Amino acid sequence: MAHVEHETGTRRDFLYVATTAAGVVATGAVVWPLINQMNPSADVQALAQIQVDVSAMTPGSQMTVLFLGKPVFIRRRTEEEIAQAAADDEANLPDPLARNVNLAEDAPATDANRALDEGREWLVMIGVCTHLGCVPLAEAGDFDGWFCPCHGSHYDKSGRIRRGPAPENMHIPVAEFISDTVIQLG
Amino acid sequence: MTIKKSILSALVAVGLALCGSQAEAEGEVTDFRFSFEGPFGAFDQAQLQRGLQVYTEVCAACHGLKYVPYRSLSEPGGPSLPEPQMRAYAAQFQVTDPATGETGPAQPTDHFGESNLDNAPDLSLMAKARAGFHGPYGTGLNQLFRGMGGPEYIASFLLGYTGEMEEQAGSVLFENTAFGGLVAMPPALTDGQVTYADGVEATTEQMALDVAAFLMWTAEPKMMARKHAGLTAVLFLILLAVLLYFTNKKLWSRVKGKGETAH
Amino acid sequence: MKSGTPHEEISGIPHDAYEPKTPAEKWLESRLPIIGLLHTTLTIPTPKNLNWMWIWGVVLVFALVMQIVTGIVLVMHYQPGVDTAFASVEHIMRNVNAGWAFRYVHSNGASLFFVAVYAHIFRNLYYGGYKYPREVTWIIGMLIYLLMMATAFMGYVLPWGQMSFWGATVITGLFGAIPLIGDSIQTWLLGGPAVDNPTLTRFFSLHYLLPFMILGLTILHVWAFHHTGNNNPTGVEVRRTSKEEAERDTVPFWPYFVIKDLYALVFVLVIFAIIVGFMPNYLGHPDNYIEADALVTPAHIVPEWYFLPFYAILRAITFDILFIDSKLGGVIAMFGSILVMGAAPWLDTSRVRSGRYRPRFKIFFWLFVLAFFVLMWCGAMPPEQPFVIISQIATLYWFAYFLVVLPVLGLTEKPLPMPATIEEDFRRRHPDIKPAE
Repeated sequence: MAHVEHETGTRRDFLYVATTAAGVVATGAVVWPLINQMNPSADVQALAQIQVDVSAMTPGSQMTVLFLGKPVFIRRRTEEEIAQAAADDEANLPDPLARNVNLAEDAPATDANRALDEGREWLVMIGVCTHLGCVPLAEAGDFDGWFCPCHGSHYDKSGRIRRGPAPENMHIPVAEFISDTVIQLG
Repeated sequence: MTIKKSILSALVAVGLALCGSQAEAEGEVTDFRFSFEGPFGAFDQAQLQRGLQVYTEVCAACHGLKYVPYRSLSEPGGPSLPEPQMRAYAAQFQVTDPATGETGPAQPTDHFGESNLDNAPDLSLMAKARAGFHGPYGTGLNQLFRGMGGPEYIASFLLGYTGEMEEQAGSVLFENTAFGGLVAMPPALTDGQVTYADGVEATTEQMALDVAAFLMWTAEPKMMARKHAGLTAVLFLILLAVLLYFTNKKLWSRVKGKGETAH
Repeated sequence: MKSGTPHEEISGIPHDAYEPKTPAEKWLESRLPIIGLLHTTLTIPTPKNLNWMWIWGVVLVFALVMQIVTGIVLVMHYQPGVDTAFASVEHIMRNVNAGWAFRYVHSNGASLFFVAVYAHIFRNLYYGGYKYPREVTWIIGMLIYLLMMATAFMGYVLPWGQMSFWGATVITGLFGAIPLIGDSIQTWLLGGPAVDNPTLTRFFSLHYLLPFMILGLTILHVWAFHHTGNNNPTGVEVRRTSKEEAERDTVPFWPYFVIKDLYALVFVLVIFAIIVGFMPNYLGHPDNYIEADALVTPAHIVPEWYFLPFYAILRAITFDILFIDSKLGGVIAMFGSILVMGAAPWLDTSRVRSGRYRPRFKIFFWLFVLAFFVLMWCGAMPPEQPFVIISQIATLYWFAYFLVVLPVLGLTEKPLPMPATIEEDFRRRHPDIKPAE
C-alpha cells in the first residue's frame, strides 16, 4: 500500500514539475522577444556596414562619409604625405598606441599600423577629436594633418595627436578593401 | 437542451458567415494555387525572383514599392538574392540623398522608388489591401477555406482584361473582369514580354502569377517567420494544454472524490 | 440554517485569515499588510461548482495585460502623425525585431478581448450574476466594457489606414447628431473641422491612457465580487453561517481554479496562436493597408466585428420618432442598448438568479443571444432590405428583452426546484464523492 502511494506520489510530482517547467519555458519564450525588440531594428543594423566606392578619389583628396552617426575621414595620401607621416614615427607621440580596432589593442602608433593598405596610401579614421568630440579640419594645424578648432588639438599626417588637449590618436574603425575600389566600413 | 443546441448551431452558422463579411460588387477571381498557401506553405524563391523581374521590367514603369528596402531582397524568407546581386540590383537606380542633395546609385538601405504616375497606386501592400472577402456572398469563406486572397486577385486582375475599351471624359478605360468594371490601367502583360533567366517560359499567366507572388512577399515579408513561429507556438501550447489538463484532473480528483482518498 | 440578514448574506465568506509566520513576514505585515491582502485574494473561497463559463475572467485579465505589454512595445516604435503613422507601422512590420508578431498579437488581441468579454457578459446574463448583491460588480463591468470599446475604436485609428480614417470620421460624426451642441462637441473631439493630425495624436494619447483606467476598474471589479463572493451556476449563495459549512461549498481559488483557468486559457491561446500565425489579417479590413486619404472614401465602411451589433442598432433607426430625427434616434438607440443592459439588475424581477431553473427564461435568453448575432450579421451587410427590417426586429427584441421580458417573466414564471446548497448540486454531479461524515 505504501509502495503504491509512493508510486502515485512520484507520478503526481513528475506531472506538476513537467507542467511548471513547460510554463517556465513558455514564459521565457515570451520574455526574450520583449527584450530583443529594443535592440537595433533591421534598418539600423543595415547601416552598421556600408560600402564606399573610392574609385574617383585622386591622391591628396579626402572624403567624409557618415557612418553610425559619425563622420569617417577617408584620405588618399600623396607620396609626400606618406613620407612625412613615416618620419613622424620617430617623433615624440603623446599617445603611443595605434588605436586601430583592426589590430591588437597594444599595437604601437606607427604609420604602418594606422594606414589601411600595404602601400600606406589610404588612411581611414573616425573624424572625431578624442578630446570632446568636435570634427577636426583637414590639412590644418602645426603638423599639416588635422586641427580641431574647438580646443586646439593638432594631429599629424597619420591622424596622431601631437599637441593640444586631446588624449588619444584619432580612432580607426573596422574597415577593409573588399575590391580594388570599394572600402567596407563595419 | 435541444433549444440550446439548435440555437447554438444556428449561432455557429451565423458566426462563420459573419467573420469579416463585406458585400462587395465582386469581380471574378480565379482560385490560383500558390506555394505559400496553408500553414506549411512557403514562398518559392525562384518564383519571387521571376516576379521581381516582371515588376522591374513591367510594373515599375508606373508603380512604386516605397515601403520595401532593397536590402530585404537578400533577407531570408524572400527572393534571397545573393548580396552582391542585391547590391548590383540597387545600384541600377539613382537616388537623391535628402541631406546632401547629391544623386548617386542606390544603396541596399535605400527603398524602391515611389509610383511615377499619380493614379498608379504604390504596390508594397497591394496584396494585403486587395485580400478582399471573396464570396460566397462576401462572407470571406473562400478566403478561409481555399486560401483565396490578394495574390489571387492581382493575378486575376492582370489576366482579366476582356479587350473591350471605352472612352470616358477624355481618358480610355479598359474592361476587366476581376475588377468587375472599367479601369484606367491598360493591359500590362503580353506573352514573352520578359525573358526569364531560369528558362521558364514567360507566358502571360506565368508572369501574372510570378508578380502576384512577389507582391505577396513585398506585402508580408515576414510570412515565413510568422508561420514558423505560429506552428511552434501552437504545438507548444497544445503540449502545455495537455499537461495542464492532467494536472487539473489530478488536482480536482480529491475534490470530486475520484482516485485518491478525499481529504 | 438560520436566516441571515442581508448583510450576513453578502459579507465575505468565513475562512482562515493569513497568519504571518517568519519575523520578516511579521515585520512587513505590521507595516504594510500586502502579503495578507494577496493571500486573501488568491485563496478566496470559491464555489466548487463553477463550470467552464467561469474561465473568461482570467482570459480577460490575461488579454488586458497582453494588450498593455504589446502596446507599450509598439509605442516604442510607432510615430503618431499623419505623415509618419502609416509608415511607422510598416517599419514595425518589416524592421523591428519580431515587430510583426507584436503588432499582429496586439491587433488580434483586441478580438480575443471582445470574444472573452461577450462570453463573460452572456454568462452573467444567463446565471443572473448581475442580480443582488452584485449590482456594483455589474455596473463596473459595464463601465469597463464601454472603456474597452472606446479604447479599441481609438486604437484602430492609429495605423492611419483608410478604415482608420473613415471609421473615425463616421463614428465621431455620431456626436454631431446631438441637438444644438452636437457640432461643437464633434469639433472639440476632432480638434478641427475634420479628422486630421490633432485627432490622431489625441487618440494616441487616450489609447495609451484608457487601458490603465480599465486596469483600475478591473481591480475594483474583482474587489467588489470578492466582497460579495462569486455567483455560481445554481445561483445559490455559499453558506456563511460557519467556516465548516462554507468549506463544504467552496474550494480555495489557489490552486484549484488557478490551474483550471490556466488550462482553459492555454486552450484559448491555441486558437489565438492559429489566428495570429496563419490568418492574422482575416479579422481586419483589407482597406486599412491603404494609407488614409481624405479624398477617397472606401466603397463600404464597416467597423470591426465586435462593434457590428451596435452599428446595426444605429442603422436600424431609419425613421423619425416625433421630433427626434433618424440620425439622433440611431445614436440614442445605440447608447440606449448598452444602458438598458446596465439597468438589468433593476429590471429583472425574478427572485431566482440562475437561468438553469427558469424554463421560460431560457427560451427568451437564447433568443436574445440569437438577436445579438443576427445584429452582428446585419451590421456587416449593406444598409438595404432585407437587412434593415431584420435589424429593426432584432433591435426591438433587444430592448424588449430588458424592458419587457425581464420584468414580466420574473412575476409570471414558475421556477424549477433548486438545490438547497452548492454542496448538494456538486454531489449530484459527482456521485463518486463519499457521503459526508
